[in-house]
Amino acid sequence: MLEVKDLHVTVEGSEILKGLNLTLGAGEVHAIMGPNGAGKSTLSAVIAGKDGYEVTAGSITFEGRDVLEMEIEERARVGLLLGFQYPVEIPGVKNIYLLKAALNAKREAEGLGEIPAPEFMKLIKEKIAFMKMDSSFLQRAVNEGFSGGEKKRNEILQMLVLQPKLAMLDEIDSGLDIDAMKVVAEGVNSLRAEDRSILLVTHYQRLLDYIVPDRVHVLVGGRIVKSGDAELARELEERGYDWLVEGSAA
Amino acid sequence: MASQEMEQLVRREYKEGFVTDIESDTVPPGLDENTIAFISNKKGEPEWMLEWRLKAYHQWLKMTPPSWAHLDYPPIDYQAISYYSAPKREEDKPQSLDEVDPKLLETYEKLGIPLHERAALAGVAVDAVFDSVSVTTTFKDKLHEAGVIFCSISEAIRDYPELVKQYLGSVVPQGDNYFTALNSAVFTDGSFVFVPEGVTCPMELSTYFRINAANTGQFERTLIVCESSAQVSYLEGCTAPQRDENQLHAAVVELVALDDASIKYSTVQNWYPGDEDGKGGIYNFVTKRGDCRGDRSHISWTQVETGSAITWKYPSCVLRGRDSVGEFYSVAVTNGRQQADTGTKMIHIGEGSRSTIVSKGISAGRSDQSYRGLVKVGPRAKGARNYTQCDSLLIGDTSGAHTFPYQEIGNSTATVEHEATTSKIGEDQLFYCQSRGISEEDAVNMIVNGFCKDVFQELPMEFAVEAEALLNVTLEGAVG
Amino acid sequence: MNDDVQRFLDRLSERNAVRGDEPSWIAARRQAGAARFEAVGFPHRRVEAWKYTDVRDIARTDFVLSDDATFSPAAAAALTLPLEAHRLTFVDGVFAPALSDLGELPAGVQVLPLSQALADNHEAVGGPLGRLTGVDFSAFSALNTAFFEEGALVRLAPRTVVDKPIALQFLSRAGEQPVMSHPRILVEAGSRSEATLIEHHAGEEGAANFTNLVEEVILDRGAILTHYKLQEAPLKDRHVASIQVEQGRDSRYTSFNLNLGGGLVRNDFINDLNGEGAEAALHGLFYGQGRQHVDNHTEVNHNAPHTRSSENYKGILDDRAHGVFNGRVVVKRDSQKIESEQSNANLLLSDRAEIDTKPELEIYADDVKCAHGATTGQLDEEAVYALRARGIDQQTARGLLTLAFAGEVMDLVDLDAVAERVELTVAGKLPERFNLAGLVEAAAALNED
Repeated sequence: MLEVKDLHVTVEGSEILKGLNLTLGAGEVHAIMGPNGAGKSTLSAVIAGKDGYEVTAGSITFEGRDVLEMEIEERARVGLLLGFQYPVEIPGVKNIYLLKAALNAKREAEGLGEIPAPEFMKLIKEKIAFMKMDSSFLQRAVNEGFSGGEKKRNEILQMLVLQPKLAMLDEIDSGLDIDAMKVVAEGVNSLRAEDRSILLVTHYQRLLDYIVPDRVHVLVGGRIVKSGDAELARELEERGYDWLVEGSAA
Repeated sequence: MASQEMEQLVRREYKEGFVTDIESDTVPPGLDENTIAFISNKKGEPEWMLEWRLKAYHQWLKMTPPSWAHLDYPPIDYQAISYYSAPKREEDKPQSLDEVDPKLLETYEKLGIPLHERAALAGVAVDAVFDSVSVTTTFKDKLHEAGVIFCSISEAIRDYPELVKQYLGSVVPQGDNYFTALNSAVFTDGSFVFVPEGVTCPMELSTYFRINAANTGQFERTLIVCESSAQVSYLEGCTAPQRDENQLHAAVVELVALDDASIKYSTVQNWYPGDEDGKGGIYNFVTKRGDCRGDRSHISWTQVETGSAITWKYPSCVLRGRDSVGEFYSVAVTNGRQQADTGTKMIHIGEGSRSTIVSKGISAGRSDQSYRGLVKVGPRAKGARNYTQCDSLLIGDTSGAHTFPYQEIGNSTATVEHEATTSKIGEDQLFYCQSRGISEEDAVNMIVNGFCKDVFQELPMEFAVEAEALLNVTLEGAVG
Repeated sequence: MNDDVQRFLDRLSERNAVRGDEPSWIAARRQAGAARFEAVGFPHRRVEAWKYTDVRDIARTDFVLSDDATFSPAAAAALTLPLEAHRLTFVDGVFAPALSDLGELPAGVQVLPLSQALADNHEAVGGPLGRLTGVDFSAFSALNTAFFEEGALVRLAPRTVVDKPIALQFLSRAGEQPVMSHPRILVEAGSRSEATLIEHHAGEEGAANFTNLVEEVILDRGAILTHYKLQEAPLKDRHVASIQVEQGRDSRYTSFNLNLGGGLVRNDFINDLNGEGAEAALHGLFYGQGRQHVDNHTEVNHNAPHTRSSENYKGILDDRAHGVFNGRVVVKRDSQKIESEQSNANLLLSDRAEIDTKPELEIYADDVKCAHGATTGQLDEEAVYALRARGIDQQTARGLLTLAFAGEVMDLVDLDAVAERVELTVAGKLPERFNLAGLVEAAAALNED
C-alpha cells in the first residue's frame, strides 16, 4: 500500500532523513519509534506534503501512485491522512464546516455526490458519541481553546469520519492522561480494518500496550536501524535507544 | 595630515559665552527675489541654479504652512528671518568643530565622548556646516581615491553641475510642501555625496550642523546618490546654542539608491529645545525622503531625536524598485515644553517591496509627542510587506503621547501589520531596580534604554553609545 | 454658497412652508441647523475626517422628502429579522404603524415614534434631544437638525430590564425619485436599566435613497445597553450616521456595528466615558463588494479615571469596494487607570479593493495601558495547510478561513437571529470560487436540529 524508498529529506539545509525505507501492507499497523530528533515527525510530514521539507532523493508511492507529485489535498482525498502532533487552532472555523467540507471533497474525488444532510448528521453524531465528545463541539471553532486531550480526540474523530486508507498518527499520545489515551486508542483500534493501514509515530512504548502493532521500526539518525514485531517495543522500553544509537554511529 | 589637522582644530580653547564671536556676513532679515539673488551670487552659482531657486520661491508664495500636525506654535514671520549668514573673513572662519556652547559641551562631557574626539577616533569624515556655509571637509582625498565625492552642496553645484542637475529635486520636488519650497529657494549649504557604481564607501561619512548667529534660519540641502551596487553610511549631528528666540531650521534631504545600492542615514538631532518654560528653541521642519529607485535597493533611516522645540519630520522611503527595502528606526524623546510630530512614510510601488518601522517615543515633563506614519501599498506592489511597531512611554502625568498611523492598502497580496502600545514606565520595574540598590534616575535610564534597544542597535556602534547617554541627559530631572 | 447646498436648503424651505405650527424651540433648532449647514457645506476630502470618503454623490443628488410609509408586507416580512422584539418600523423615514408591533412593554419602558413623543410632551424631548449630537457634530448632523421630523425615542426608567430586544427597523424603498430622510434616535437609559437595541437598515432592491441619521444614547449610572446596528440596505442606498453615546458611572455599552449593505455608508461614533468605571466594547464588521464604500469613524473619549474600552473591527473587501476605518482613543489629562485596546484587521479579496485604516491614540495621562493594532493581510497559511491536509481544496479552505475571519466578531453576538443572518449573508457574498454556500446552510440546519 505505502512504499517509501531511499528517502532523503532536508529541512533548512540540514539532512534529516538519510535513506529511509519502509513498506506498509494493507491492513497492517506499523509503529515508528525513535529518540527525539531522529526524524520521526519529518517522515509523516513529508508524506502529508507539508511545506519546508525538501526531498532530495528517493520516492514515496501509495497504491502505485507517486505521492510527491500530489497536492496536499489530493493526498488526503486518496486516503492519506495525517493526525497532527500539534493540531493547529483555527479560530472562527467551526468543526462542522471542516468535517463537511473534507468529507464532501473526498466523496467528490471518489465520484460520489455530496452527502445528504440527514445522513451526514447521523454519521457525525454516531462518531462523536463513540469518541465520548459533546455535540456542542461541532459549533466550536477547530481546536480553539481545546485541551490537549480534546485536540487529539478531534484528530481521531476526523479519521473516523473521513475513513482514510492510511492513517498516520504523529505522537497521538503526547500530552494525554491515561483515560484520554484509552479513548484515543479505542478510536484508533476501531479504524483497524483489512483495507486500512495505520502508521503510528511515537516516542513511548506506552501507547503500544493499547494499540498493538504488527511491526515496529526504530528510526535513528534518519534511517530505520531495526525492525521487529511488537516485542521490539517492549525491549526498547527496557533498554532505551542508546544501544541502537551506538550501533548506527558505527 | 587630516587627522592631525583635526586634532589641532579641536584642541583649541572654547570661547566665552554662548555664541561664537565672529563677525558674520549676514544679510538683513527678509525674503524676496533680491535675497535669493544675493544668496545665489554669494555662492557663485550658475544661472540655472538661480532660476531653479526663483521657481521654488514663486511656488512658495502661493502655498500655506501645513496645519495638520499635532503641534501648537505661533505663526512664523518669514520676513523676520535672515536667510544668509557666513563668517566674513577667511581667517575668522571657525576652524574647529568644537565651538559648542557650554551647556552642550557639558552634555558631551557627560557622555564621555566629546564630539571632536568621537569624530577623530572613529575615523569619520566630517563636513561641518556652520550656520550657512560648509567649513571643512576632511578626509576628502582618501574618499577621492575610492571615487566617492563628498563635498558641500555649493561646491557640488560648481564642480559637478551635471550630477546635481540630474538628481536635485528628483526625490523631493520643490513644491512638495511649504518648507521644501522655502528650502529650495534659499538653501545655503549642506552635503553632497556621490558613490559610483560598485563602490562601497570606505568610511562612515558625517556632517555636523550648527546654527550660530541670532535670527538666522538654517536651510541645508543634502543629496546622496548611490549608483548600482554602491553603499554608504552617513551620519548627521545637529546642535545649536541656547537663545531666547526661536530659530527656524528647514532642511531637505534627498537620497537616491539605484539597483542593489544601499544607503544608511543616521541622525542624532540635539538642537536647542528651549528652556523649561518653553522659551526659545529650534523649530525643526525637515523633509527627508529616500527613493529606492533600483531593484533590490535598500534605504534605512535611523534617528535619535532629543532636541528642538518643535519637530516636524517624516523621513520616508519611496519603494519603487522590485524587492526594494525601506527601514525607519526612531527614538524620539521630548521633555520640558517640547513638541514633536514625527514618523515616516513607506510608499510601496515595486513588487515584493518590504518595509520595517520601529518607533519608540518617550514623553516627559509637559511635552507632547506624536507618531505619524503612512504605509501605502499601490496596486502593482504584489506581495509587499510592512511591519510597524510603535511604542510610547509616558513619564509623569503632564505629558502627552499620540499615535496616528495611516494604512492605505490597495493590493490583496500585501501584508501590513501595525502594532502600538502606550504605557507609563513600569512601577514594578522601577521598584525591582530600586530594591537592588539602583537610584530612581539610573533605573529610569536603564528602563528607557532597554525600551529603545531595537533602535539603538541600528546606529553605527560609536554613535549608539552617545545616543544612549544623550537620552539620559535629556531625561534629567524628568522623575522625582 | 454652492448649488448643492442651496438645493438642500430649498427643499427645507418647501417643507417648512407646508409644515404646521411647531413649538418655538424646534423652529429655532431648524434655523440653527440650516445656518450651520449653510456655513460649512458638505465636507470635502481635503478635510482630514473625510480624507477617504467622497460625499459628492449625496451632495449632487436631488433628494425629496417622503410622506408615504407604504411597503409590501411580504417584502417587509422577508427583510425583518426573525426574532421577537418590540418593533418600530420606518419606511423612507416615515413611521409605518402597519409594520410596527411594540407588543407589551414592561412598566417604565417607553418606545415611541419621535413624532408621537413630540405631540405628547415636546418639552420633555426638547431637553435631551440635540444635547449630545448638536449642529456642531458635523455638516450632516446640522442638516439633520434642520430637517428632523421622525425617529424613535426610547426611555428606560431606573432599574427596568427589557428582556426582548427593542428593534428599530428602517426600510428603504425603490422609486423614481431618490428620497432623503433625517431620522433621530434618542435613548435615555435610567440607572441600572438594561436593554438590547437593534437598529436595522434594509430595503428593496434598487433603492437609492439617503438616510441621514442622528443618534443620541445616554446611559445613566450602571445602565447596560447592547446596541446592534445591522446595515443591510441595498447596494445603492446612502447612509450617514452621527452617533454619540454618553456613559455615566459603571455603565456598560456594547456595540455591534455590522455593515453588509449600502452603497455609501459613513458612521461616526463618539463614545464619551464620563463616569468612573464606565466600559465600552465596540465590535465591528464590514463587508464590501461591487463599488460599496464603507467608512467607520469611531472615537472613544476616556473622560474619567478607571474607564475601559475595547474595540475590534474587521473588514473584508472584494471587487472595487473601499473600506475606511478610523478609530480614535483619547485619554484626557487626569484620567488615570485607563485600559484601552483597539484592533482593526482587514482582508482584501481583490486587487481593486482598497482599505484605509488609521487607529489613533491620543494620550494625556500616564497611568494607562493602551494598545492598538491594525493589520491588512493574508490568511494564516498554517491553517490553510491544516485544512488541505484533510482533503479540502485550497479555495474552499481560504473561503472557510475568510468566513471564520468574520466569525470572530459574530461569535460574540448573543442574538442567534442576527448571527445567522450575518453568517449566511457573508457566506453568500463571498466569491463563488470559495464554494461555501452549501456548507453554511448545512451547519445552520444542524443548529436547528
